[in-house]
Amino acid sequence: MLNRLNLHHHLFLFATMLLLWILLTGSVALDELIAGVIVAAVVSMISAPYINIFDGIRYTPTAIVSLLTYLGYFFIALIKANLDMARRVLSPSLPISPDLLEIETKLESRLGQMLLANSITLTPGTLAVELRHNKILVHWIAAPEGISLEQATKDIATGFEKHISGFLK
Amino acid sequence: MTFNLLEQIAAGFIGAALLLGLIRLIIGPDAPDRVISADTMSVIITAGLTVFAAYFNSALFLDVALVYGAISFIGIIAISRVIEGGKS
Amino acid sequence: MRLIADVILLLGAIFCFLGALGLIRMPDIYNRIQAGTKAATLGSIAIILGVGLLYPDWWTKLLCIIGFLLFTSPVSSSVLSRAVYLSGIKPWVKPSRQQKPLNTSGEKS
Repeated sequence: MLNRLNLHHHLFLFATMLLLWILLTGSVALDELIAGVIVAAVVSMISAPYINIFDGIRYTPTAIVSLLTYLGYFFIALIKANLDMARRVLSPSLPISPDLLEIETKLESRLGQMLLANSITLTPGTLAVELRHNKILVHWIAAPEGISLEQATKDIATGFEKHISGFLK
Repeated sequence: MTFNLLEQIAAGFIGAALLLGLIRLIIGPDAPDRVISADTMSVIITAGLTVFAAYFNSALFLDVALVYGAISFIGIIAISRVIEGGKS
Repeated sequence: MRLIADVILLLGAIFCFLGALGLIRMPDIYNRIQAGTKAATLGSIAIILGVGLLYPDWWTKLLCIIGFLLFTSPVSSSVLSRAVYLSGIKPWVKPSRQQKPLNTSGEKS
C-alpha cells in the first residue's frame, strides 16, 4: 500500500541518503552521482519499513522556514549557554545551585521530543535527564527555589517548542 | 602548512584540555565520572584530528575524525547502558 | 582571511579548555556532564569551522563532522545522565538548600 504519506516518507529518506552521499564524497561528478543514486535507492527501499523516526515530519512549505528559524534560535542559545558556563567555571566561588525538576512538552512525535531534549541539553544551564511520556526530567544548574512545573516549562522549553512544532508534530 | 603563533597557542589549549580530561579520567571517584571525561575527550579529539589534517595538509585525517567520532559515540552509549543496569 | 580563521580556532580551543576545567572543578557528576558537554561541543564546532576557513575545499566533509557532533554529543550525555539517575545517584545540592526526596517536581509541599 503506497499511500501519499508513505511516498513522502520514501522520498524523504532517499533525499537524506543522497545528500549524505554527496557530502561524504564531496563531488558532484556524474559517475559518483549515479553510484550515489543507486546506493541511496537500495538503502532507502530496504530500510523504509523499519524506520519510523521520521513519522512526525510535516511536509508543508512553511516547515523549511521554521526549521531555519529554529536553527538560528538554537545557535544563539548555544553561544549564550557557553558564555554562561564559562562565567560559572571561571568565577572562584562556583555560583551554582543545581536541582532536578520536571517539565512538560506538547510535542507528540519521538523525533520532536528527542530534538527538544537535545536542545535543552545544549542551552544555558539545563540538562535533559529522562524522557517519560510527555514529561522531561531536567537538571538545572541554577534552579530558582520552589519553582512550579508550569513556570519551569515556560522558562526552559516553550521557546524551542514553538519553533520545533512548525516542522514536527 | 606551518602553524603561526595563534595556531600554536590554539593547539596548546587543545592539549591542555586533553590533559585536564585525563586527570579527571584518572582521579574520577566513580565510573560515571570517568565515562563523562572520556566522552568530553573524544569530542575534543574529533576536533583535534581536523587540526591534524590541517597541519599535515591531508584530507585523509577527516575520515579518521568521522569514524573516530562514530566509534566513540557507540562506545559511550554501550558503557552507559552497562552503568544503568548494574548498581553503581 | 587566515587571521579570522585563527581567531575562531583559538576561541574554540579556549572553550574546549574551559569545558575540561569545568570537568575538574564541578562538585558532582550532573554538573560535570553539563560543563563537559556544552563547552566541548561549541568549542569543537568552532575549531572545525576554523579549519574550514583555512581549507575551504574541505567544507563538505567538515559539515558532515559538525552535523554528526551536534547530533550525537547531547544524545550521549543525556544517555549517560539517565544511566546515572536510574542507578540512584542523587544530585549535589547547595548546603544551604533543603534536601528533598528524588523524583518530585519543583514545588514544595
